[in-house]
Amino acid sequence: MKRSKDGVSRKPLILFLIAIMMFAGPLGNVLLGKGMKQVGSLWVWPPPKLIATGIKIFGTGSIWLGIASLMIFIVAYMLALSLADYSYVQPVSSFAYGVVALLGHVMLGEYVSWLRCAGITVISMGVFIVSRTKPQTTEHF
Amino acid sequence: MPHYALLALIVLAGTGGELCVSRAMKEAGEPFHLHPSAILKTIFAALRTPWMWLGIGMMATAFFALLGALSVYNVSFVVPVTALSYVFGALGSTLFLREQVTRGRWLGILMVAFGVTLVFLGKS
Repeated sequence: MKRSKDGVSRKPLILFLIAIMMFAGPLGNVLLGKGMKQVGSLWVWPPPKLIATGIKIFGTGSIWLGIASLMIFIVAYMLALSLADYSYVQPVSSFAYGVVALLGHVMLGEYVSWLRCAGITVISMGVFIVSRTKPQTTEHF
Repeated sequence: MPHYALLALIVLAGTGGELCVSRAMKEAGEPFHLHPSAILKTIFAALRTPWMWLGIGMMATAFFALLGALSVYNVSFVVPVTALSYVFGALGSTLFLREQVTRGRWLGILMVAFGVTLVFLGKS
């Protein structure tokens, strides 16, 4: 954990950034989901219908809010990485799957079965294990 | 069934894009120091490699496939399934980037694969 030049711990700031990451990333995906449900059927052929579909998608407010939320996530992630070790920040991503399910249920009224909950828990544990393994640098190029 | 192709596209194009960007960054080399000009120089060097543009194209494809999948499936189904990228990322980094994947990491990846299977089975 790094300290600022005046010796003050940056832990509160890092925890704040991690909290933003845990909320903004899943919120972005949920808003994209909400926007795409509003758009309805997608036509990709012929080309004029594809253009109309694109206009419909990017004319939906939830899509732009979702993209903005994902951008906030990326900025918070990059700032957190600049203040703390990758191995400290990365395991947080494992909890995002659970937060997505929770937000999907609360905001979109999605039904999340027990089997899906179990799957999300196992995925989170797997991602946590992957992110706790030591990163290696391989120079081949 | 054809909608599952969107899920496959998210995972394959997303992972492929990240692998291409990773290869481009390795070819560009790391910045000598963390000064903004050195970082920009590295980024511009990476942008001169075809791998970077291939990676950006694949990641854009994955994003639009994600939008397509979200129009059909619930977000609490789509996002956990995209965790399969950990499986394909490990396979790709072994085969394409010749990186070594530790036993502990394989254990985590197997858990991710098992968890995604449960999510699929729980798709009501």
